[in-house]
Amino acid sequence: MEPVKKEHELLVSVSPHIKSEESTSRIMWTVSISLLPATLMGVYFFGMKALFVLALSIISALASEYIFQKALNRKIMVGDGSAFLTGLLLGMNLPASVPFYIPIIGSFVAVVITKQLFGGLGFNVFNPALIGRAFLLISFPKLMTIWTVPVSALTQLDAKTTATPLGILKEEGVAKLMEVFGNKMSLYQHLLSGNRAGSLGETSAIALLIGGLFLLYKRYITWHIPLSFLATSAVIAWIFGAKGEFFAGDPIVHLISGGMLLGAFFMATDYVTCPSVKNGQILFGVGCGFLTMLIRLKGGFPEGVMFAILIMNCFAPIIDRSFKSKVFGAVKQDKAKETRK
Amino acid sequence: MGLATFKGGIHPPDKKTLAANSSISETKPPKILVIPLSQHLGAPCKPLVTIGQEVKKGEVIGEPGGFVSAPIHASVSGKVVAIGEFPNAMGKMVNSIVIENNLKEEWTTLKDNPDYLNLSVDELKEKIKSAGIVGMGGAAFPTIVKLSPPKEKPIDAVLINGAECEPYLTADYRLMMEKPKEIVEGLKILMKVLGVQKGYIGIENNKPDAVAKMKEVAVGAAGIEVMALEVKYPQGAEKMLITAMIGRKVPPRALPMDVGVVVQNVGTAVAIYEAARYGKPLIERVVTVSGEGIKNPKNLMVKIGTQVSQLIEEAGGLAENAAKVISGGPMMGFAIGSLDVPVTKGTSGILVIPEEGIVHAEDFGPCIRCGRCIDICPMGLMPSMLSLLSEKGFYEGAKEYNLFDCFECGSCTYVCPSKRPIVQLVRLAKSMTKP
Repeated sequence: MEPVKKEHELLVSVSPHIKSEESTSRIMWTVSISLLPATLMGVYFFGMKALFVLALSIISALASEYIFQKALNRKIMVGDGSAFLTGLLLGMNLPASVPFYIPIIGSFVAVVITKQLFGGLGFNVFNPALIGRAFLLISFPKLMTIWTVPVSALTQLDAKTTATPLGILKEEGVAKLMEVFGNKMSLYQHLLSGNRAGSLGETSAIALLIGGLFLLYKRYITWHIPLSFLATSAVIAWIFGAKGEFFAGDPIVHLISGGMLLGAFFMATDYVTCPSVKNGQILFGVGCGFLTMLIRLKGGFPEGVMFAILIMNCFAPIIDRSFKSKVFGAVKQDKAKETRK
Repeated sequence: MGLATFKGGIHPPDKKTLAANSSISETKPPKILVIPLSQHLGAPCKPLVTIGQEVKKGEVIGEPGGFVSAPIHASVSGKVVAIGEFPNAMGKMVNSIVIENNLKEEWTTLKDNPDYLNLSVDELKEKIKSAGIVGMGGAAFPTIVKLSPPKEKPIDAVLINGAECEPYLTADYRLMMEKPKEIVEGLKILMKVLGVQKGYIGIENNKPDAVAKMKEVAVGAAGIEVMALEVKYPQGAEKMLITAMIGRKVPPRALPMDVGVVVQNVGTAVAIYEAARYGKPLIERVVTVSGEGIKNPKNLMVKIGTQVSQLIEEAGGLAENAAKVISGGPMMGFAIGSLDVPVTKGTSGILVIPEEGIVHAEDFGPCIRCGRCIDICPMGLMPSMLSLLSEKGFYEGAKEYNLFDCFECGSCTYVCPSKRPIVQLVRLAKSMTKP
C-alpha cells in the first residue's frame, strides 16, 4: 500500500507533541467574564454614566495597544484580551462621574506607559490598570474623588455627590458611618449589594465575591494571594481598627468596602505583576494587606489598596527569587550545591 | 488514603483506548532489517560480522564497546548485506548492520532451563549481560550497569515500572495483561541478582485490570507488592515513581541506586526472564502503533531493525490527515522525519498525530508569569525562568535555576498558556553551557 502522506510532508518538531487547550487569551477573557457581575452592578447603581466610562476606558485601552504596536511595527496582539482586561479594570476603578478624557488618559498611561514601554505583556513591573488609576488620582485629585450617590434609575444623569463609606470612616469616624446608613446591618447590606458611593466597579461585594470564587473554581487564581491579603487586612482592622482601644475594630466593614475585594481577587492576582511561587504569593498578599491597612488607618488617603498593590508589585521579582521553588530531592539549596561541586 | 503519587504533574488525556484492546500480534516477517550498533545509552558496539556472512537468529553481531554498552544480536536469520551509516529514528546517522531475512527462522541454540532461579548471581548477570538487555521504557540504559552497583551503595528495593504514563502507549499494559507471570519472574530474578527482599510493581490506576492481573499473579510471591498509582504524568519517571511508591527522594543529579533502588520497566522484566530461562537475547519488543492519524491502532511484537514504514502499513496505513509521526510517547518522544528508520530496543511506540492535533511551535507568546509550569514541574524547577533566561541568551543564569535538573518531561510546555517551547529553550541552554 502506498502511504497517503509523502515523507517530506511529515512535520518534525521538539517534544512534547501535545499541549493543553489553555491559552493566554482564554485566561484574559475568562477573567473579564468573571468581572461581569460586578460590572453590571456598577452600571445598575451608577447608570449610563458608568457604562460610558467603562466603554471609553476599554476602547481607548484597545486603541492604545493597537496604535502602539502598529507604530512600532510589532505583532498586533489586541486580540489576546489583555488590553481589554486592563481597560475594564481601569474603568471599574474610576468614579462614574469622571469626564470623558479621564478614562482615555488613564488607559493610555496603563497600556502604553506601564505595559508596552516596559516590553509589553509579561514584562511590565506594575499592574497597568492601577498605574493608570494612580496617575489619574495624582494628576486630577478633584475629579477622581467626586463620588456620586448610587441611583437605580439608569436615566438620571445629574447625581448628587457624597463621600465613600471609607471616606466617612476616615474623616468622621464610625459613629457618623452608622448614622448615615442607619445601623450596622443596613451598612453591611449596602456594602454587600453595592448600593454605596465608590469606584463604579468596586462597590458590590457580593458580585465581586461571585467573580472571585468563579476564578478560584476555574483555578485561574489560587487562594494564596486573596486569602493572605484579606486575612491580614481583617486581623489588622480588628486589632487597630477602632480609635482608642485595641481589638475592637470591625474587620467586615474594611473587607467589603473600598477596593479591597476587587484588589484582592482581581488586581493583586495579576500574573505578570505578582510572584509566581506560591509561598512567595502568601508573603505578597500579607504585604498588600498590611500596606492597605496602614494607609487606611494611618495614611492620608481613605483607601490604600491601589498603593499597597503597586508597592508590593516592586517586590514581586525579589520575592520570586528568594522563594525560588525547591528542587526535587534537595534537602537544602546550599547543600544541594555542595554535592554538585 | 489516596493512591501513591508525587507532587506536581499534569493530566493530559490518556488516549489509551485507541490501542488498549488490541492484543500483541506478531508483525509479518520483515524482509530487510537495519540494526543500529548504537541502540542504547553508552558506547556503540563494534560489528562482529562481515558483508555476505550468514547469521542465525539471536547471533551476536555487535560486541559492546565499553562498560556502559550492550551487545547487539541478529533478530532474524539471513545474510548480512551491508554495514554502514544509516539514519536512526532521531535522524542521526549511525553505524548499522543490514540483514536480509531468509525467512528460515534459524535460531542459535536456545536452552530451556526451568531452574533459572537457582542459577548463581554471576550466572544470571552474565545471561542478562549477554542478552543485550537495556531499559525498554525509552532511555535504553544498559540493564547490566544498573545491576552492578558499587559496593558502597547497597540496594534494598527493586521497582518494576508499569506506570506507562505517556498518553497513547499501551505496550506495557498489554505485556501486563498477557505476560504477567513473566514479569513477576523477571522481578524475582532481579531481586535475586541484587540480593533484595522487597520488590514492587507500580501501575497507574487507569489500568485497573492490569493492577488486578498483576496482583493475582503476584499472590504468594514473597516480598512482592503490586501498587496502584495515581494517573498523572510523569508518574513513570524514575524519580517520581520512587517517591510515589516507597517515599524516597533521589537527590538532584543522583541516581536511584543512591537511595538503594533499582527501577526496571515491565518490558525489561520480561526480557530478563526470557534471557535467564531460555538464554534468549533482546531481539524483539512490543511497540504500540497508535494515534488518531493511523487507521487501525495496534500493539505489535516487532523484531529490532524492522522499518517503521512496515509498522505503519500493518496498522492500516496513515490516515489522510496524518501530519506527524512520533517515536515514543507524545510527551517525550521525538518526531521522525522519515519512515525508513528502524525500530530499536528503546522504541515503545510509533504514534501518528493528525493535523488537527498539532500546535505549531512558531505561534508562541510572551511568558505571562502565570506560574502554572512552576506548580506542575515534578522536579520543583521554575521552567518559566529557564525559558526566559534561555530566550535572552543568559545560559549561565539558567544554571542558577537548576537548568541541569530538568529531565525534559515536557509538562511545563504542555500547560503553558502562551505555548512557549520551554523544553526546546531548556535544551538550547543545556547545549550552550556546561553543568
